[in-house]
Amino acid sequence: MDPLQFLTTTQLVVVAGKGGVGKTTVTAVLARAAAARGLRVLAVELDGKPVLEALLGEYEDAEGVHPAVECTTVTPMDALGEYLDAHGLKRVSKRLTSSGIIDVVATAAPGIDDIVVLGKLKQLERAGLHDVVIVDGPAAGHAITMLLSAGAMLAAVRGGPIRTQAAEVAEMLADPSRCQVVLVTLPETTPVNEAIETAYALEERIGVHLGPIVVNAVDLADRLPADAAPAGSAMRAAAEFRNARRALHRGEVARLADELALPQVHLPLVASAHLDAAAVAALADGLSPT
Amino acid sequence: MSDTSDLAPRGEFGDTSDAGDLAPRGEFGDLGDLLAGAQVVVCCGSGGVGKTTTAAALGLQAAATGRRAVVVTIDPAKRLADALGVPGGLTNDPVRLPVEASGELWALMLDTATTFDGLVAANAESAEQAERILANPFYRNIAGSLSGTQEYMAAERLHALHADARFDLVIVDTPPSRQALDFLDAPGTLSRFLDHPLFKLLIMPTKRGLKVLNLAAQPILRTIGKVVGGDVLADAIAFFQAFAGMETGFRQRADEVTDLMHSDVTRFVLVASPRPDTVLEARFFAERLRRSRLRVGAVVVNRSTPRFGPAEMPRPRSANAAALHDNLAALHAMVLAETATIAPLAADADVVPVWVPLLAGDVHDLSGLEQIRRLLFDPTAATR
Repeated sequence: MDPLQFLTTTQLVVVAGKGGVGKTTVTAVLARAAAARGLRVLAVELDGKPVLEALLGEYEDAEGVHPAVECTTVTPMDALGEYLDAHGLKRVSKRLTSSGIIDVVATAAPGIDDIVVLGKLKQLERAGLHDVVIVDGPAAGHAITMLLSAGAMLAAVRGGPIRTQAAEVAEMLADPSRCQVVLVTLPETTPVNEAIETAYALEERIGVHLGPIVVNAVDLADRLPADAAPAGSAMRAAAEFRNARRALHRGEVARLADELALPQVHLPLVASAHLDAAAVAALADGLSPT
Repeated sequence: MSDTSDLAPRGEFGDTSDAGDLAPRGEFGDLGDLLAGAQVVVCCGSGGVGKTTTAAALGLQAAATGRRAVVVTIDPAKRLADALGVPGGLTNDPVRLPVEASGELWALMLDTATTFDGLVAANAESAEQAERILANPFYRNIAGSLSGTQEYMAAERLHALHADARFDLVIVDTPPSRQALDFLDAPGTLSRFLDHPLFKLLIMPTKRGLKVLNLAAQPILRTIGKVVGGDVLADAIAFFQAFAGMETGFRQRADEVTDLMHSDVTRFVLVASPRPDTVLEARFFAERLRRSRLRVGAVVVNRSTPRFGPAEMPRPRSANAAALHDNLAALHAMVLAETATIAPLAADADVVPVWVPLLAGDVHDLSGLEQIRRLLFDPTAATR
C-alpha cells in the first residue's frame, strides 16, 4: 500500500494548514516523494519566499546524486500581469503595472488576486508538462478564502474574462482527478481542532476533494520506563516529559481519526536545526510504499 | 552540566534552563522591564507559535502588577477566548476577565467589518453620507475581506483603545500575515488609496459635478472595467465618491497611529517557536521593524524542548536505563538544535530570547495561562 497513492491520481495538490504546522516542509516532502515515484513534479510557492528551492535542491547520498525538483513561484501581481497580457491587454497592462494601478485593480475587485493565482495554477495543471503540481498553499484561513474566490466571483461578476476564469477554476476544484487539498496539522489539541474545522469548511463550502491529512512531527513510540531512574534525576524528568508528549500525540492522532474520516500520513518528529534537501528526502523515504 | 539537582525545579517537568548566566543585552532587562513603562505592546510573529497565548500572559502579568490592561486579538480561530476561558466567547467590545489581581485584565476580539463601519460612521460628514457608504456593495465587499483591511482596523482599534481612559496598557496580537506591520509606515490600504492617483482621478469629477457614467468612459477605467466587470467598477466609483470629504479624518488618524508606534511607550515583542520556518518569519518581522527604525523589545520562543541537560557517559547497560539515557541524549540534541535555530533571530534582534518550554497539553484556561505567565516572568527562565 502506498500512503501517497493520491499523488498519481490527481494533477494539482494544494497543501494547506495553519502557520507553524510545517506546511512548507510537508510540501517539500510530498514533492520529493512524488519525484522518487518517478513522477514529473513541479513545486509551487505563492508568497515569494524562495524556501522550497533550497529544500528541493540537488543532494547526494550513498546511492549517488539526486537531481533537484523543479520549483516555481506564483505571485498575484505576476499572475495578473500575465493574465492581462493573455487577454489582449498587453499594451495597457504595462502602463497599469508601472503606474501601480494594477494594485488598485486587485483591490477594487476583492478576490481578483486569488482568482488569477488559481487561474495560473489551473494553467500549470492543464499544460501537461508535469504529472503533478504541488502547491505550498496559503495559511488555512486564507486557503479557504482563496478557494472560495471562484464561487464568489461567479456570484459577483456577470460577464467578462474574469467570470470565465472563475468558472474554469471552479470546475477544476470540483474534480478530484484534477485537484485535491492536503491538510497539514500537528498532533496537539488546537491544531487538530483547527484541521477538523478547516476540513469541513473546505468540503462543505468549496466542494474540493481532500487527500490524506498529514500529521507532522508525530512521536508515537512506546512509553519509557521512567521508574527505572531515581526520582529527581534528569533521566527521570526527561522520560516523564517524553511520556507525557507521547500520550498527547497518541490521544490527538486517535481523536483526529475519530472525527475526520481521512487517511492519515505521519511524519516523524526530528531534531534538526537546518532542514535541507537531504533531510527532506529522508522524510520522503519514510513514506515509501509498504 | 552533569548535575541538575542543584537547580530549582521549574515548569511541570522540572528545571529546563541554566539559571541566567547571560546578561540580557537589549534595552529591557526582562519582560517585566518591558511592560513597566509600556502603554502599547505589539506581539508579532507567524501563526501557530503561541502569539495569542503570549499576549494574554503578558496581560495577566500586567494585571498582577496593578495595570489595567486590554488584550486585542485578531485571530479568527478564537484561540484567545479559549485561552482565557471566557464563557460566551470574546466580542468586538472589551470584556473584563475574572482574574484575581490588583489590576484589571480585559480582552476583545477584533471584528474588522464592525470596526470599519464604526470608523465610517464616526468620520462621515453626515448620517446620509455614512449610510450611502455602508450600503455600497463595493464597501461591503472590502470591509470584511480586503487584504490589508484587517491590519488597518487593528491599528485603528489600537489607537482608540490607547485613548480609552479605562485602560493604561493595550496589548495587540497582530494578524499572522507578513503585512501585519504595514501600518507602521503607511497605515493600511485606505491610506494607500488616498495617496493613489486613481483615487484622485475618481474623486475629482464629483467636485466638477461630472456623472459616474462619464467617468467610467475614461480609457483607463474602461480597461479596468473590462477586466473586473463594469458593475464592480461602478460600485467602486460610487464608493470613492461617497468617501470624498472623509479623507482628512482618516489621514489624521493614520498619522497618529504611526506616531504612537514610534513613540517610546510602544514595545514590540517577536514570538517564534524553535522551528526553522517560524524563525524565518520572525526574522522577517525583525527586519521589517529595523527598516522602520524600531527595535525589538523581546523575543519569546514558545514550545521549546525543556532542558534536562546532557546524558552522562557511559551509557548504562541495563535495557531500561539505556532507554532513559538515550531519551535524555535525544532531548538534549533537540535543545542544541533549537538553540542553533534561534541564534540568527536573537542576533538580528540583539536580545536574549525568553524560552518557554512545551507543556504537556494545550493552554485552554486561565490556570494554563498563569503557568505561561510564570514561565515568562521567572527570571531563571529568561536565558538558555
